[in-house]
Amino acid sequence: MRLILNRLFLIFSSAAALVGLFFLAWILFTLCSKGLAGLSLSVFTNDLIDGGLRNVIVGQLMMSGIATFIGIPVGILAGIYLQEYGGNTKTTEFMRDLSDVMMSAPSIVIGTFVYAIVVVPTGHTSGWAGVLALFILMVPIIVRTTDDMLKLVPTELREAGIAIGASKYHVTMNIVVRYAKAGILTGILLAFARVVGETAPLLYTSGSSQFWTTDLGDTFPSLTVSIYNLATMPDNEMVQLGWTGAFLLTAMVLMINLLGRYASNKKRR
Amino acid sequence: MKNMMEVQALTFTYNGATEPSLKRINLPIEKNKVTALIGPSGCGKSTLLRGMNRIHDLYPGHRYDGTINLLNSDGEAYTDILTIKKEAELIRLRQRVGMIFQKPTPFPMTIFENIAYGLKLSGVKKRTQIEEVVEQSLRDAALWGEVKDRLSLDARSLSGGQQQRLCIARAIALKPEVILFDEPTSALDPISTLAIEEMISVLREQYSICIVTHNMQQAARISDFTGFMYLGEMVEFDKTETIFMKPSVKQTEDYISGRFG
Repeated sequence: MRLILNRLFLIFSSAAALVGLFFLAWILFTLCSKGLAGLSLSVFTNDLIDGGLRNVIVGQLMMSGIATFIGIPVGILAGIYLQEYGGNTKTTEFMRDLSDVMMSAPSIVIGTFVYAIVVVPTGHTSGWAGVLALFILMVPIIVRTTDDMLKLVPTELREAGIAIGASKYHVTMNIVVRYAKAGILTGILLAFARVVGETAPLLYTSGSSQFWTTDLGDTFPSLTVSIYNLATMPDNEMVQLGWTGAFLLTAMVLMINLLGRYASNKKRR
Repeated sequence: MKNMMEVQALTFTYNGATEPSLKRINLPIEKNKVTALIGPSGCGKSTLLRGMNRIHDLYPGHRYDGTINLLNSDGEAYTDILTIKKEAELIRLRQRVGMIFQKPTPFPMTIFENIAYGLKLSGVKKRTQIEEVVEQSLRDAALWGEVKDRLSLDARSLSGGQQQRLCIARAIALKPEVILFDEPTSALDPISTLAIEEMISVLREQYSICIVTHNMQQAARISDFTGFMYLGEMVEFDKTETIFMKPSVKQTEDYISGRFG
């Protein structure tokens, strides 16, 4: 009886895994076959108006990059506060719960929120609005990973730092954060991978532009929003460009994720 | 000769506890001697040790009553370390009273930096001086020969016993007056334990040592004085020979002969 149960369980779980993998492989296969077909050098040298993706790729990376650049210090400092200074009070618990809620908030809600507080008052979509939406999206992720990674640092290490005559600040910065460095870095990479592929927060905030620009005060080119736009075009060439964009985006996110994995594996070594 | 430290009528209560964990403890730490604290788990020996460099203060809400005197560097007067309030003075105290923990605690840095870190914090800036002290400390901790060619490797690549000796080197680099050992060998194998014990008997020539241990043979082997603690009280304190050969309290005798604990 136990043997049969064992068998059944193995069969069901393998089947479930296969179903999941099947769709994943299907998506990847479609993406590669359709995306690679349109891949050429001109995709990287022309802007969207001339049938390339240069401006939207740069735009997407710029917005995600700036959001990450501002998000890292804010997120890490908040995480340090929660774990090292907050203590086990109701306030820190509340802040933790709030971050968890924010992490699972649908990204379209954040997009709409930024639309209401930035786009409506200023009267037009802009790169900064997009940056803000991505920033709001990623900070809670960095806060929670930092918080969790610092929690894994052994208490003895903090005490040993104090015992050697280090102040709380020195222990936190030189010992605790350094110990958790690889984990925090992984969290940052995963947060970046998350926002770099987001469409919903940018749809109403940055919009997307067909032209080359680096002026964040204006409507800003976005790869994800462009993919969405291109996919709904009647023109076959445009749809093809959309597939290529989707392929490039997936490859990018996959690479960042793998990098994150690599960093966290290295930590465990 | 004056005692290096004197714990007098120390009562200590953890945050939120109704009963004190230490009850009117008296303990002298003689200069250049090894004082061992023994007793069953939960008797308060680690709590007492952790009071002696005020590391309890890392967590808020604990309460000390009584006195812990530390001999000033002039060798004449005492300072009650429980009166210290400023962080800078607490840091100074911890530089004078070093501590070794049960589990080795190498910092996430290179072997060299692990020892240099405390020195830099204490204000030593000259590179040559730091290098000198690092080498001397590693020699004193009997580790120099094993690590001198790989000072720039991560300290966590060392074995457990080596890590513990590194932690001792790190503590003595600051030239403390007292070193507190909190069960320093309970996570180590017998050979590493022997190395640490031998080191302690050498360190005694320069430092005053207080060691908490679960291992009664260890206390008998390396200490000059032994205190037996039970349920937060100092049941008996005397020369180690006396405690182990003819203790005057029945409870001590029962514990040492293995009848309880």
